[in-house]
Amino acid sequence: MELLMASAIGVMTAAGIYLVLRMRTFPVILGLALLTYAVNYFLFATGRLAVNMPPVLRKGAETYTDPLPQALVLTAIVISFGMTAVVVMMALGSYLSSRDDDVILPPEDDSPREGDA
Amino acid sequence: MNHWIIVPVVMPAILAAVMTLAMRYHIGLQRVFSLAGSVALLAVALGLLAHAGSGAIEVYELGNWPAPFGIVLVLDRLSAVMVALTAALALVVLLYAIGSGWDARGRNFHALWQFQLMGICGAFLTGDAFNLFVFFEVLLIASYGLMIHAGGARRLKAGVQYVIYNLLGSTLFLFALGTIYAVTGTLNMADLALRAAEIPVGDSALLRVGAMLLFLVFALKAALLPLHFWLPNTYAEAPAPVAALFAIMTKVGAYAILRFYTLIFGPDLDATAALIDTILLYGALATLAVGMIGILGARRLGRLAAFAAIGSMGTLLIAIAGFTEGSSTAALYYAIHSTLAGALLFLVVDLVRERRGALAGALVPGPRLAQHGMVTALWFGAAIATAGMPPLSGFIGKLLVLDATRDMGAAWLIWGTILVTSLVAILGLAQAGSVVFWKTVAPADTADTDAPPAAQPALPLVACFVLLGGIVALSVLAGPVVRYLEATAAQLHAPAGYIAAVLGQG
Repeated sequence: MELLMASAIGVMTAAGIYLVLRMRTFPVILGLALLTYAVNYFLFATGRLAVNMPPVLRKGAETYTDPLPQALVLTAIVISFGMTAVVVMMALGSYLSSRDDDVILPPEDDSPREGDA
Repeated sequence: MNHWIIVPVVMPAILAAVMTLAMRYHIGLQRVFSLAGSVALLAVALGLLAHAGSGAIEVYELGNWPAPFGIVLVLDRLSAVMVALTAALALVVLLYAIGSGWDARGRNFHALWQFQLMGICGAFLTGDAFNLFVFFEVLLIASYGLMIHAGGARRLKAGVQYVIYNLLGSTLFLFALGTIYAVTGTLNMADLALRAAEIPVGDSALLRVGAMLLFLVFALKAALLPLHFWLPNTYAEAPAPVAALFAIMTKVGAYAILRFYTLIFGPDLDATAALIDTILLYGALATLAVGMIGILGARRLGRLAAFAAIGSMGTLLIAIAGFTEGSSTAALYYAIHSTLAGALLFLVVDLVRERRGALAGALVPGPRLAQHGMVTALWFGAAIATAGMPPLSGFIGKLLVLDATRDMGAAWLIWGTILVTSLVAILGLAQAGSVVFWKTVAPADTADTDAPPAAQPALPLVACFVLLGGIVALSVLAGPVVRYLEATAAQLHAPAGYIAAVLGQG
């Protein structure tokens, strides 16, 4: 299980980093989503992997699985979910207003421009 | 327990929620409540500052859970100084935003503003590493909204870049926290300090990885070279009042470095000793150089101000890299100064842009501005403060930094860089100022015949003069301020008091 978990986190992180380095916002957002999945699994694993263990000590339980990383993962999931929604909306707005999906900001021409200062 | 500690976090949160729900369409009501909230925040922050001045470290246990298990807020001198600085800056910049009408160019400005204040104050007050992550996210998500306030294609595109950079930073933050939790089994900062010290040096590889990852996250926030690439576009494209408030956001990164690498991974901890000092120092020197050369090379006022912000972070991080009491004092003084000066520069740049119509921030000669003399005087003041010339506090700040780094190994390099880059900054600022303010051409000679509107609101000018007044006050009252900051640095470099205050109770 350790090998499966570790390789899954590794592959997702690698794929996420590759996608984040793309030129267009769509793959970049997918890459960010992959990275957040990877980090969620990573956080989950920081409490050590345990199967069929109760999260809190109670009568009859020999050992328990650490409940704190699960709480942290819950927070991280909520935040990353909200952030992904925000970045999708902003990327859409940017696409609709500038008519391209590039991540890079084109250099400003030095002639004075109209509109927003 | 002193319940005032949580007020800087809870009050903006409630205010923002009420504003979004009840007065979404009433900009007048929003302004009244936002201003009242900022005044109240400043009053509370000053009260906390006076309270922390006694040297006591106050702990606020959320839900009354004792320290290593529950989340705590901690008020020490450093937190109090940073919260007071945030509150003061926010009030003045809010005045500017209202006076210039920036807040009415899109909805929800004031609600996002209050959420941003909540996040910043929370980040300064929290005593829990994961809670720090949460407050970082609060301030970031509010800043995403503020960054694209009033819209525009370029601003949206720069906003997307900014969000992507910071989401990567957040992911890295979580990896760092996960690693540190896996090694130590705690995320309470005081408890972390104890546990990190118990780990044998030979067994500390993971701890060092965690410390390094955490440093990368804070360096990203503090715009340390080579992690500064998000800053110029973001600050140059953000609405001016927002960019001025962002002047405190880079300081959140600097604060976190100062806090974590004195309290948890302090100079006395063998496992992580000298792990980041060298990287931080040389990174900061490069940051300073790039920032000041950027001032000289900028072709637009917005980018000029953004590079000035990078340069000031360089000087600040050089001082932090010393990790001694003297250098931390210098760093804190320079942090206060550079926050005020950076904000002032962004606001003055906006004054110019608003008055030049289509020319905006381009560094080409234009017509005389409305209230030309006043704006020029403000630019002069902001430039002196930014470059660190006497008589304003930038000079005192740089002097403190030079004095504190005198005994460091690379002193000649630090002195040389700071002094040469100051000269470069003076050149850049003088060049920009003379093009914009001296080489005025008659409006009829330009392609654009629209004369700038004669009447410009007075409140933005007042706000700028208040900021300049703050810088002057910081220079005049340098003695008492430095004494307070010396006590702050002493408290910071004796982490036993902090740990005892947090873990000793209950």
